Amino acid sequence: MRRFSWFNLTSLTLGFAFLYLPMLILIVYSFNASKLVTVWAGFSTRWYGELIRNEAFLDAAWVTLRVAVVSSTLATVLGTMAAHALVRGGRFLGRTLFSGMIYAPLVMPEVITGLSLLLLFIAIDLDRGITTIVLAHTTFSMCYVSVVVSSRLVSFDRSIEEAALDLGCTPFEAFRLVTLPIIAPAVIAGWLLAFTLSLDDLVIASFTAGPSATTLPIKIFSSVRLGVSPEINALSTILIAIVAVGVITASLISKRSIARQMQDTRAAIAGA
Amino acid sequence: MRRFPAMPQTVSSAPAVFAPWADPQARPLIEFRGVTKRFGSFTAVDGLDLKIYEREFFALLGPSGCGKTTLMRMLAGFEEVTEGQILLEGRDLAGVPPNRRPVNMMFQSYALFPHLSVWDNIAFGLRRDRLPRDVIAERVEEMLKLVQLTRFARRKPHQISGGQKQRVALARALAKAPKLLLLDEPLGALDKKLRQETQFELMGIQEKTGTTFVIVTHDQEEAMTVASRVAVMRDGRLEQVDTPDRIYEFPANAYVADFIGEINLIEGRLAAVEGETARLHWAEGQTPLGGLAPKPAPAAGEKVTLAIRPEKVRISSERPAGAANAVRGRIEDIAYLGNISTYHVVLSTGHVLRAQTVNTDRFHAREHTWGEDVWLSWSDSAGLVLKG
Repeated sequence: MRRFSWFNLTSLTLGFAFLYLPMLILIVYSFNASKLVTVWAGFSTRWYGELIRNEAFLDAAWVTLRVAVVSSTLATVLGTMAAHALVRGGRFLGRTLFSGMIYAPLVMPEVITGLSLLLLFIAIDLDRGITTIVLAHTTFSMCYVSVVVSSRLVSFDRSIEEAALDLGCTPFEAFRLVTLPIIAPAVIAGWLLAFTLSLDDLVIASFTAGPSATTLPIKIFSSVRLGVSPEINALSTILIAIVAVGVITASLISKRSIARQMQDTRAAIAGA
Repeated sequence: MRRFPAMPQTVSSAPAVFAPWADPQARPLIEFRGVTKRFGSFTAVDGLDLKIYEREFFALLGPSGCGKTTLMRMLAGFEEVTEGQILLEGRDLAGVPPNRRPVNMMFQSYALFPHLSVWDNIAFGLRRDRLPRDVIAERVEEMLKLVQLTRFARRKPHQISGGQKQRVALARALAKAPKLLLLDEPLGALDKKLRQETQFELMGIQEKTGTTFVIVTHDQEEAMTVASRVAVMRDGRLEQVDTPDRIYEFPANAYVADFIGEINLIEGRLAAVEGETARLHWAEGQTPLGGLAPKPAPAAGEKVTLAIRPEKVRISSERPAGAANAVRGRIEDIAYLGNISTYHVVLSTGHVLRAQTVNTDRFHAREHTWGEDVWLSWSDSAGLVLKG
């Protein structure tokens, strides 16, 4: 293996420091015994204990989780359907317009998305609460799912679907038995993306949340305005841990499946 | 319960001549009646009439973009006919979706389901018919045996070689015992040696199962090898539909003659027709050259082309006595292919003719050499005078 040059080593260190130093400080201070966030007074897990007893935080966490699961599932179904229609639907009237429109929310400022949704909910007289947050999150995350899924659909051989039809499948059976299993990794990735987006969304949620339902990001943001408490540090550390575990698991799974496939291919070549 | 046609273990001796197309009483399995297919302003298939009979191995041959793939996709049900009708056993196929047609297709890319094992790939179509488990299992085993893949039943498609994938695709398409099997460039992805072996395998399987095969290919050798009849297509039209030997020996026009195999084409005007032989003026001050006359014979002075295959042209140092047609030229190039040598001979008129010799004798492989003056000769029945 090649040795790192001084230049590479320096840029690597600076880069990682830039990315991770703030988080590191946050994690370290979450174990601070002192009530003052910036003064180190020895190691303690006291704030984690306080957190567990904080009903408001736990409620918000529960709401966030439910919203994320429901909205990402809905977004995955809708986004996959949209991607399939756009990629496989052939040429239909207004196809270019539709595919442009489905990607527009990607670049739309969140404030505008949030505001327009709020106006819609008021117009149709829908009480703001979990339902409205779920609807809002589904709306903005389905275009992410659709981007991920359609990139997979574009790269997959159309004749595989035709073969399914040819062998007696109805179009829906062909999708369920052939297309879906093949694009499953992209669908799962889309779900994870939608889940993460929903989990950490602040702007759209604060437009569409009502007094009956507050998500964790809103809760954190509003309590930070009153001053950073060590409890927030503890909560954030837990979130970082969850995300890190998720990301590492996902990358390990994909690495393993690639390795297995390569091994299979080698075996096939040797056995042929 | 669905019954699959029994497969005879030994190949029964075929009737002396298999030529249902020559029998006006024979009912075609497939009939195209004035079929036209347009994509926007582009006409892919243009007013095509064609009959394909049961147990035929029918090849659609033509350059890319000639409409052969469109024709096949219309049979499979992936494209709708713009005008005309396609009949299967007399029933119009219009509006019948692919999953309701007794037609299966083997795709150029094989289109194997990557998430299913070889066994499940072959069973896929049978399962869609809701057949009992044991019937499916028996049929799959039979198919695996047919394509000699029993050992690989549990493998996934990415764990087998290209040739094996091709056989899985064939077994999967044959499993439902379709009335018609479509093969889209089935051997295109294989290397030459494997392709030749597989051609004979395909013919064996076609004979064994008695299924009607329609193969699309741009490889004329492949079409000639496997097919009972070949249709040569150009720009959405059929140029000629005939048996391989008729297509080779009696091409309908200069396009077919040029597309199939190597050929020398000499343009000229008809001089005279004596019996079977037509002579054409091909250059100032040269003796007219002869070949088989077209029927009906065109009038003298009309534009015609003499077509003659290189292997029917003799090359010699002296003018052969009694040769019906002989021209003199100089060897410009020799293509040595091992089994045969092709001589490119330039005539004084500027025409370049090719003559082939078979290298039967190792030490006299090259009797003639570059720059040598030689005679080219052929009999009156060797060449073919074509209209236009």
